[in-house]
Amino acid sequence: MVHIKRLQEEGADIIAIIGEIDASSSIELDLAIAKSVGDGYRKILVDCSGLEYISSAGLGVFMSYIEELKDKKVFLVLFGLKERVLNTFSILGLADLLNIRETKSEAKKLADELSV
Amino acid sequence: MSYQYNIGCSLNNLKGVREFIRNSLKGQGVSDLEMGAIVLALDEMCSNLMIHAHHCNPDHQISMNIHIAGHHQFVFEIIDDGSMFDINQYKEQELDSLVHEKRKGGLGIRLVKSIMDKVEYLREDGKNICRLTKTV
Repeated sequence: MVHIKRLQEEGADIIAIIGEIDASSSIELDLAIAKSVGDGYRKILVDCSGLEYISSAGLGVFMSYIEELKDKKVFLVLFGLKERVLNTFSILGLADLLNIRETKSEAKKLADELSV
Repeated sequence: MSYQYNIGCSLNNLKGVREFIRNSLKGQGVSDLEMGAIVLALDEMCSNLMIHAHHCNPDHQISMNIHIAGHHQFVFEIIDDGSMFDINQYKEQELDSLVHEKRKGGLGIRLVKSIMDKVEYLREDGKNICRLTKTV
C-alpha cells in the first residue's frame, strides 16, 4: 500500500511517497511523476522520508524517466531516504544515476542550481 | 527451525510475504540492511513468478519455506508448479542500456543475484523448487 501526495512549493513540485512501493503499487509512482512532468514542472522533488520499502518495480519507474527528464530539462531530486531504502538504489548502482540528497533544503538547492 | 507460507498469486499478497520473512528472521541477528536486502530479493522472486509463470491468478498457489540452517545461514525455497524459469540462464542487460531504452524492468534478477549467495533449481514430485541460500 502506498499513498502519494503532491504539493507545490516555490515553483517546485514535491511528490511525497508514504508506505511501500512494490510490483502492485509502482504504477502509482509512475502516474504521479508523469502528471508532474505533464503539468510542466522543471523541478520535481521526491520526498522519500515516508518511504518504507521499494522493490525493483519502483526503481524501474525512476530509471525509465532518466532519459526523458534529461531531454525535457526537468530536474528530479530524491531526498529523505532511509538507509535501507537507499541501499536498494545502491546495490545496482542506480544511486549514481539519480540525484539524491539527504534533506529537502539540499534537494531544493540542487534542483535550483541544475535548472539555472 | 523452519517456517512455511502459502501465497495466492496476487501482487497484493507481496506485502504479506515480506512480513512473513521479517517475522521468520526476527531474533536471528540479521541487521536492518541485510534484512532489507533479503526481503527485497525474495519479493523479486515471488513477484516474477506471480507475473510470468502464473499471470497473477490468485487461485494459483506458491509456497515459501524458510530454513534456518545454522548461525546466520538461511535457506529459502520457493515452490510452485508453473513453468520453470532459471534466472542463472538469464543474461542481464547492462544498466546503461536499460536506462537508454527507458525500460522499467530488468532490475529484479540483478538484485537477486547481487544479494543471494546461490540460486539453484530442482524439480521434485512435479513441482519446481527454487532454492536460494544466504549467509549473513
